[in-house]
Amino acid sequence: MIVGKLKDIKEIKDSLPDDIDSLLIAGCGSCVSVSLAGGEREADSLKELLNLYYQSKGKSVSIETETIKRQCDDEFLDELELPVARNQVVLSIACGVGVQHLAINNPGKIILPGLDTTFYGRTSDIGKWEEMCHGCGKCILDQFAGVCPVARCSKSLLNGPCGGSQDGICEVDDSIDCGWQTIYDRAEELGQLENLLDFESPKDWSTYKDGGVRSHKNPEFFQE
Amino acid sequence: MADYISKLQKLLEEGEFVVCSEMGPPIGADPDFIREKADFLRGYVDAVNITDNQTAIVRMSSIAAAKIAADEGLEMIIQATGRDRNRIGIQSDLLGASALGLRNVLCLTGDHQCFGMDEGAKNVFDLDSVSMLRAARRMVDDGVLLNGKDMDVPPKLFLGGAANPFADPFELHMMKVEKKIEAGMEFIQTQAIYNLEKFDKWMEEMRKRGLHEKCYIMAGILPTKSVKALRMMKKYVAGMDVPDYTIERMDKAEDKKEEGVQMAVDIIKHVRKIEGVRGIHLMPVAWEEITPRVVEEAGLYPRPEVSEI
Repeated sequence: MIVGKLKDIKEIKDSLPDDIDSLLIAGCGSCVSVSLAGGEREADSLKELLNLYYQSKGKSVSIETETIKRQCDDEFLDELELPVARNQVVLSIACGVGVQHLAINNPGKIILPGLDTTFYGRTSDIGKWEEMCHGCGKCILDQFAGVCPVARCSKSLLNGPCGGSQDGICEVDDSIDCGWQTIYDRAEELGQLENLLDFESPKDWSTYKDGGVRSHKNPEFFQE
Repeated sequence: MADYISKLQKLLEEGEFVVCSEMGPPIGADPDFIREKADFLRGYVDAVNITDNQTAIVRMSSIAAAKIAADEGLEMIIQATGRDRNRIGIQSDLLGASALGLRNVLCLTGDHQCFGMDEGAKNVFDLDSVSMLRAARRMVDDGVLLNGKDMDVPPKLFLGGAANPFADPFELHMMKVEKKIEAGMEFIQTQAIYNLEKFDKWMEEMRKRGLHEKCYIMAGILPTKSVKALRMMKKYVAGMDVPDYTIERMDKAEDKKEEGVQMAVDIIKHVRKIEGVRGIHLMPVAWEEITPRVVEEAGLYPRPEVSEI
């Protein structure tokens, strides 16, 4: 899923216009809701914080919240139509995709981001998320015992660990597991250590962002 | 007569126990900084590495600094990391280095930018050390670029890489060394050695796999002059193994600088006796002026004369 982290309240306050009179906080019920950052609960608590802030400033700003199933898809966007229309500014706490999809559908409306989209990851513990994928456009997990060297090695190395890997810890930070140690451990368990001796040519990054802005179509819907 | 790519290669092939050292280029554009350092190294070492923005700190480029030093009569080893340049930039630089007469290159992955002062920089790592070696090997041997394009005049480069005998897990790191040799690495400069027991074990494994015959191994020596430096390395430098007895030895010494020289000399004497160790690589961080003294004390002075190749 796409993992997100709510922005610091100060950053959010600073991004809102000074002359604001009404604000919609739009939550998203999918990925960022699972990462406890941009769902209904977070929208409500953000509303309370901002209410307190504007009260302390003696300013009258009406704030409402609305959380829909998914902000990145037209299917659920109708539910936001009226709330968006009756508020001066929208603060979306969806991922960067949701914020932009909302903007595309609401030209002329200020749509601000209330969340930082952090990575594609998994829930590794209660309240903890870890990066697992970079969306490189060409999956190579089969060659690395199911552990992605692109996403889980801090240098995306394809031919083994760097000299900074020590006791399974990455040189970048003690809290980061060395991706190559993880690959090695799992390959050993699967009896695939030999595979790791194969030379990996430089990756073709044209399927990643290096190939330009990406889009694709399902041929079922776009017959020539 | 055999055809040699570089003086360093010639010395190694002739069976000399070689002495390399290292030079950090300035944070600035002063060529005299390099010339002054070249001055006190001349005659004491066979080749000098010029680091490539080591620890991710912006410095004069490795190739430019190496050219300045080479003009002063030193045999140079440029360093090339994959952190700051993609396959286009690296291959271009290798061609340029060869054209300038810089014939030795140490191919490295590169320290992560988090170690330097530009933590917010975007890194590249398009090529890792193994794929860089393989690319360079093909450029040199086959005259072909990574994209398949032939070159009229291929570069002439003697290819090296790094190895860390102290990194764990042992097997995983050994595997990487094998891959580098397979890819085309001709010489290794190791991480700085303080833990001799571990280094002996690593060399034993290198011999067991026959790797000492496939590539020249130079033992990394890092003379230091303070307990603080040793503790810092133990604690903060990724992949460094500084045993407590080394720190205690320095702690007890009255003349720290003298002890630093003696410790380096003791390690050199030890590694010199190991089968498969073909030279040393001296890298006194912020103490480069000590190099001549260490070379002399270790009985490695004078250095052999090498005729032009």
